[in-house]
Formats: sequence, structure tokens, C-alpha cells
Amino acid sequence: MQQLAESSLNLALEFPILARRPGGRALTYLDSSSSSQKPRAVLEALNEHYSQHNANVHRGLYSLAREADAAYQAARERIASFTGAQEHGTIFTKNATEAINLVAYAWGRANVGAGGAVLITQMEHHANVVPWQILCAERGAQLRYLEIDERGEISLEALDSELARGDVRLVAFAHVSNVLGTINPVAEVVARAHAAGALALVDGAQAVPQMPVDVGALDADFYAWTGHKAYGPTGIGVLHGRTEILEQMPPFLTGGDMISSVDFFESTWNELPHKFEAGTPPIAEAVGLAAAVDFLSAIGMPRVRAHEQALTAYMLERLAEVPGLAVVGPPEAERRGGLASFTIEGVHAHDIAELADRAGVCLRAGHHCAQPLMRRLGVSATARASVAVHTEPADIDALIGALHGAREVFGL
Amino acid sequence: MDDLYRDYILDHYKHPRNFGELEPHDLEARELNPLCGDELGVQIRVKDGRIDELRFQGHGCAISQAAASIASEELRGMPLDEAAALEADWMLDLLGIPVSATRRKCALLNLKVVRGAVSGESDWPR
Repeated sequence: MQQLAESSLNLALEFPILARRPGGRALTYLDSSSSSQKPRAVLEALNEHYSQHNANVHRGLYSLAREADAAYQAARERIASFTGAQEHGTIFTKNATEAINLVAYAWGRANVGAGGAVLITQMEHHANVVPWQILCAERGAQLRYLEIDERGEISLEALDSELARGDVRLVAFAHVSNVLGTINPVAEVVARAHAAGALALVDGAQAVPQMPVDVGALDADFYAWTGHKAYGPTGIGVLHGRTEILEQMPPFLTGGDMISSVDFFESTWNELPHKFEAGTPPIAEAVGLAAAVDFLSAIGMPRVRAHEQALTAYMLERLAEVPGLAVVGPPEAERRGGLASFTIEGVHAHDIAELADRAGVCLRAGHHCAQPLMRRLGVSATARASVAVHTEPADIDALIGALHGAREVFGL
Repeated sequence: MDDLYRDYILDHYKHPRNFGELEPHDLEARELNPLCGDELGVQIRVKDGRIDELRFQGHGCAISQAAASIASEELRGMPLDEAAALEADWMLDLLGIPVSATRRKCALLNLKVVRGAVSGESDWPR
């Protein structure tokens, strides 16, 4: 508890929505892995942009448009710097899903063919499964899965033997699993992929909001994440790509803004990153996301991680008190992100979430967009509680109380 | 007493009626609840144009399991054409609890499966 108290960030007041009292009860928001709440700084940045600097980018010759241009450009610089990525290789998309689809379509179609393989893991979110299913079916390539062990972790030996087959073009995997919480050894996987002549794509949607991430140091060829899980607005995702690779890739979505010139029957492409940003980009969303990463930087990502790890340890300890409750994924808080997915014998995950809501506790329940993983785990659904910078031990206590209450309703 | 998790709902959930395999059977169908990955199947034996016997299989939340169990008692003996035309309100009235918009899919999963088995349609409810 002492470590817990020391790691507390006291940030609840920074989140206006947490002042709500649904049904007269305090709001206990434990679903940040699904979508985070927004700090005042982000709401103010959005409001300031729309009320003071709003115009389209890359077109206007008036001063307001230059302000919007500058704001959009500055947002990209701050966001790239936050994750240690190259600015020109930092592309704004709609979300992490679109970022992965961009790679599957633009890079995949040109580089994965018959005889080639894409290697993913059993713990992937559908966003990092379905694009590869489609690509491999279309190109006559093979989609293979790296298995997870009983702890919910992958083995580097299994990775080595997959890579030794010599046909893997891409290894695509989550930095942090959205169900198991598993933190994958990104740098090791990337190095092994490179040694085998494959590229590596990392789905960092869960990782970026909760731990220090240095895309350059990880050496990933592609690193995808999303704004709304990182305290930013919905409608913006980020793809960091190695610029040498992005240069070689054909565009993904096409139209305005991504061209250099358009003739009647052919066109040439704009320079990076604009080649991959067709149409009016998410301008205000980029400004909002830049405010979010500034908010996180001001706390310091090592502190964010320490806080969430201490809370996760506390959560795992308290969850163990609930009879019939089983947590999936690595048992140690230091080996997992700030979440716990669990089942309770005799109470379905949906019913857990419904009854938790009566106590003002917001949980996710279901397959978490990871149906292959659920099949591997042998469960149809789990409930999931995830922590955030504003979470306090009292939120975990409210969760535990709600779970005991749910068991009581079911006569357990 | 909880509004949703009433005693009879929990009783049907814990002791579902007409669950298991039915051999031989004439009709069957299986559906997934896309919200949670829950799965429900039904097997039906037909006699004189009526549901003579039926069994559900699968797993799910209290609402989806209780709904299937409660519906199974009403469906036995029902003419096939009548079963094929059953609408959501029939199920929701039988359940007798306030079902939120997100739990509607849970409550109606069994009817979707039954309609699929009886008429072959897979796109209900539209």
C-alpha cells in the first residue's frame, strides 16, 4: 500500500467527466483500455483550436489558414517526439485499425506474395488479424500464428523456429495485449524478424498510453497506435513508419492532399507524410492529441507506468479475494499492462458488467475484439477492468465491492 | 429484488429447460452473438407441422440463457409457420424484464436461432 500511495498521481480533478454521479454514485471508470477519458487540457485545446484557429490546411493563403497549418505541423512534431519517431514517417490515420490496414494494403500487396507468410500471435486484436487474413487470401500467402503459453506469453524460441522456415515477410504483433495484458518483448522480436529478413509491425494501441515507448529504439518498421486510448480525441490514429520503406510504398487512400500533380490519366504523389494522408486530415484531432501527449509528458511516462503497475498489483491482489474469479494472462503486475481480464464461475461476463454498472463501475465485457484468443483460452467472454492515470485505489475497492455484489445477486 | 435478475430469470439460467442434444432432429441452426461471442444452437423435431420437441445448446449470459429456456417451454407444440413469424415483442413479453438496447441481442438470440431453423432466414431481426 505504501508503494501505492507514493505512486498516486491525484489527477481525477483533471478529468471533468469524473465529476459525474450516475445514479447518485461516484463514477468508477475502469474501461480506459477501450477508450480513455479526456483531461481538461485536451478539451481546452480542441475548443481553442475550433474557436481561434480553425481552417483547412495546406491550401489557404490567409493568415488563419497559416495558423491552422502551423498548429497541425506542430502537433505532428510533438506527437512524433513523444514516441521517439521520425516526423516525416509519422502519418495520421483515422485510428490504429486504419494504420494497420494502410500497411496491409500499401506495403503488403507489393511485398507479400505466393510462398510468403505473415506471422502474427494468438493474442492479437481483430485489427491486427483481419487485414492479414485478407492480404494472405488475396496474395496466396500463408498466415501463421505464434502460440501463447499458459501464462499468456509468446516464446522467442517458437518465433525463431517460425522465422527459420525462411518465408516470413512480416511479423505483426501487439506491444501490450488488450485482453491478457501481456507486455511483449518488442525489441527482441523486431531484432529477430530483421535478422530473418522480415519486417516488423507493432500494434501499440494499448502501450503508448501507459508506458514509455521509443519507436526508434524499438527499431520497429511500423508502429501503430490510436489517439482516443491515449487521452486524445476519437478520429485520429498514428502510424510511425520507417521513411525508407514508406518512400517505396504506393499510396493507400487516394484523392486530395496526397498528390503532387494530377494529370487527366495519371498522378504523382506528394512527399511524406502527406502521401498517406488523403483528403482533409484530422486537424483538430491532431491538436487535441498533441495536448494529450503533452499532458502525459508533463506527468512523465515512467511515473505513469509506475502508478499503473502499482494499481494493477493491488487490483490483482484484491481480485484474488473474490471466490471463483480467474484472471487470464501473466500473474505478475510487472509483466503486464494496466488491466485485468477475468471470469467468475457462475456469473457470465455480461452479467458482471451489467451489475457492476449498478454500482457506477464501468467495465468492458465480451470477446474484446480478440475471438481467436478467446478460443485459445477456452472462454467465450471475459470482463475487463483497466486502470488509467486518474485511477485510485478507491476505484479498485469499488470494483471489488461490485463483484461481490454481483455474486450475491446470483445467489453465490 | 433486482429488476433484471429476478428469481425466475436466475432459476432458468441455473437450471435451463430443454437444453442438450436432440437426436434425431429435423431442423437445426446455430448463431453467434457478435457482441460477446456467445453461441446458441437449437435442434427441432417436427410432427404434423408443429414443433414436437426441441433442445438448445450453447453458452451465454443469464439473459440469453434464461430467454432460451423460457421460450423453449412455449415453443413446444407450436405450428412451424407460427414460430417462423414470432417477433421480438413475443420474447421480450415472455421475459418480463426491462432489457436495455445493448442486451436486446442477448434476449433475442434464441428467437433468431429458432427462426433460422424453422424458415432458414439468417438476417432477422432486421
